[in-house]
Amino acid sequence: MSSLFRSEEMCLVQLFFQTESAHNCISELGHLGLVQFKDLNPGVAAFQRRFVKEVKKCEEMERILSKKVFYYKMHQVIILTYISDVNSTFEKLEQELREINRNHAALRQNLIELMDIDSLLRMTEDFFEEAESLLTYSEPPSEDSVFIAGVIKQDRFPAFEKVLWRLFHGNFVLRHAEMQATEELQALRGAVKKDVFIIFVQGDHVREKIRKVCEGFRASLYSCPKTLYERKQMSNSVMTQMQDLRMILRRTEEYRAGVLTRAAEHVQEWSSKVKKMKAIYYTLNLCNIDITQKLIVAEIWCPVSDLTLVQSALIKGSEQSGSSVTPVLNRIQTQQTPPTFNRTNTFTEGFQAIIDAYGVGTYQEINPAPYTIVTFPFLFAVMFGDCGHGLVMTLFAVWVTSQAESLRKWKNEVLNDVVIGGRYIILLMGMFSIYTGLIYNDCFSKSFNIFGSSWSVRPMFHPHGPWQNETLHEYHHLQLNPFVPGVYSGDPYVFGIDPVWNIASNKLSFLNSFKMKMSVILGVSHMLFGVALSLVNFVHFRKFQDIFLQFVPQLIFMLSLFGYLIFLILYKWCITLRSEMAPSILLLFINMMLFDYQSEHVLLYRGQKGVQIFLVLTAVLMVPVLLLVKPFLIYRTRMKTRHQVGEQSRATLSQEHMGDIFVYQAIHTIEFCLGCISNTASYLRLWALSLAHAELSEVLWRMVLQVGLKISSGMGSLMLVVLFAAFAVLTVTVLLIMEGLSAFLHALRLHWVEFQNKFYEGSGYKFTPLSFDSLLKTQH
Amino acid sequence: MAATTFVIAMSVMTLFWGLIGGVIPWFIPKGPNRGVIVTMLVLTAVCCYLFWLIAILSQLNPLFGPVLRNDTIWYLNYHWQ
Repeated sequence: MSSLFRSEEMCLVQLFFQTESAHNCISELGHLGLVQFKDLNPGVAAFQRRFVKEVKKCEEMERILSKKVFYYKMHQVIILTYISDVNSTFEKLEQELREINRNHAALRQNLIELMDIDSLLRMTEDFFEEAESLLTYSEPPSEDSVFIAGVIKQDRFPAFEKVLWRLFHGNFVLRHAEMQATEELQALRGAVKKDVFIIFVQGDHVREKIRKVCEGFRASLYSCPKTLYERKQMSNSVMTQMQDLRMILRRTEEYRAGVLTRAAEHVQEWSSKVKKMKAIYYTLNLCNIDITQKLIVAEIWCPVSDLTLVQSALIKGSEQSGSSVTPVLNRIQTQQTPPTFNRTNTFTEGFQAIIDAYGVGTYQEINPAPYTIVTFPFLFAVMFGDCGHGLVMTLFAVWVTSQAESLRKWKNEVLNDVVIGGRYIILLMGMFSIYTGLIYNDCFSKSFNIFGSSWSVRPMFHPHGPWQNETLHEYHHLQLNPFVPGVYSGDPYVFGIDPVWNIASNKLSFLNSFKMKMSVILGVSHMLFGVALSLVNFVHFRKFQDIFLQFVPQLIFMLSLFGYLIFLILYKWCITLRSEMAPSILLLFINMMLFDYQSEHVLLYRGQKGVQIFLVLTAVLMVPVLLLVKPFLIYRTRMKTRHQVGEQSRATLSQEHMGDIFVYQAIHTIEFCLGCISNTASYLRLWALSLAHAELSEVLWRMVLQVGLKISSGMGSLMLVVLFAAFAVLTVTVLLIMEGLSAFLHALRLHWVEFQNKFYEGSGYKFTPLSFDSLLKTQH
Repeated sequence: MAATTFVIAMSVMTLFWGLIGGVIPWFIPKGPNRGVIVTMLVLTAVCCYLFWLIAILSQLNPLFGPVLRNDTIWYLNYHWQ
């Protein structure tokens, strides 16, 4: 059988491969995407694992590669030289960038120094003039006068001044001025404020002291020539040097930008490589390393049918790494439960996803997904039921399906997962909605009259019927009587609901009765289908006892009560009754359960009383069968084995307690029996939602579009355009999106709860293979 | 018995969905998707047929008729036979 009906048979395989070929082998397996590695070191903490450093380095690289500030942080990338996969262009790029950055930093430092000197020279012009005037006034300039010029940070200056005072007791002249913060300077150095200072002192010997003080305060000292001419020369040379430096800096930056843009093209490729690397190291952490450090042991879960593929991938991997020893595959038997793997394609994976969202199936139990492909859109359509809206939905789904690849680039979480991932679900929902809309005869709340209505008005008038022409003037509303011959043609409308009901004011009386009975019929059929699937499960797992102890009683219970209800509904539809004598099915059912058979109650057919009593008694009899027989049999077999084995069996009480078994069975029975009633009632939401949808649609027509169509003034066409726009927007947002989501949710609930609790266990865990495709897809 | 519209409709629809659900599945070529396609066809046929059947059976023997406005009745008197 195709593997979607049941999860695939999985096997546990031990792999042995050499440490050198480990990387390539795991890389090949990752490309294949069919194996799940088991954790062989479950007790080891994450930071104690063997390859944790490599994983961290990969993460760091990933972080840097993923950042948008890649351009600026590139010089911080750590070279991972021993990662064999990184190709040589990456390393060359590294070297180049390091060189560039080093040069750039050195040039910048030079430029800063030159700028300091330049501003120093400009500012000390005034000082020199002042100093010369001072000195000419006081004393003749001696050869001993020394001056020291430099640059210091502004917030250090007061302390600097204090220290100088303490040292020289005022025998010096200190002048300082704040350096002009040009934009260029700010860009190079930052917003740090610096002061230019110049000190005049007497005596040569103090030069060393001052120098030491300046070093302590981290002021940079520059030599300043004494004469004006020399200063001017120095200033000029500094200017030219600065210009040269600026040009060189600009060129360096341009070159660096060029290198980085070329590198940026490879970022995507590198980041995917790094992701793969990290996955491989993470997987290696899960494996065992042999004592000799030469062999790696891994345990994998893999589908039995894919063993040959895995083998060939391993051989390819080991060939790539050039190792001589081929890896060894060893299939081992195990008692552990394998993961559940359902092989899906793009069409079925959406449906499998909505089943897995509730619970992943137990290993090898029946998978509800292939049935959900049809029943889910069908139940949705029963609640949505409008062929106009269904058509819009189908067209939308066709458009999304055809544009799926280009739409995936939008990177919006909601759009990607829900709309694009579920495009086939929406397509099927739309197509079924068109069908149910045609049967409900509802297209934007209007009906089609393709085949001719079965109801005619003319026979109600004289001479056939009770009406006269005056009757029309007297009464505003009149009811057609189907028992007047000719009014009802005897043949129902061949496809769906008769169009006359759309223009009738008691439309809801008829439709409610129809839809409620339809919901019950569909619901009971769906649940019977679920019970039948549990039979398939029992046969597969060879629990033949359960067939007689669980499946048969459940089936009899359901059929005798709710199967009979369906029979009553169909019988009442098929026979002709006088309306005064027609019993209500609901009352019949209630009286049946209460054994209430008073003579004034009308019955549908002869012998009904006997049949009903028999059925109720049968159903009631099934309850103790479900409740007691199975635990009793288990008890009996235990007693027998205990007699045979003797006292030793007391130690083997790894089995459940008898009390637990009884309680479990009681819960199961109560859940089934009460659940039958509540679940059947729960299916009435099919009626409720389709009623809500039809009413909303009619409101939109009557209050929005019809108003526009009825305007008789000249502005009518313009108003109609506006009103149609409002109608369209409201239809899409309220009726399609809101009602669609609501019907989707309720159909999903009906599947998850009412259908699946008849047979589904859902206690497995999902098969998560190491797959580079899915890893890289989630990155986007 | 004369072929009333009901009988014709009944046989046509039963034949149609019976074809889709019972005959076409035998002609689906063998492949990995055969099981899913056959399931889909059978379930679609069953669901759609059942739904149509419920709709037509519920109108077979009506117990009450539609309530119409007098102007609608006047219009239908002259327009519908």
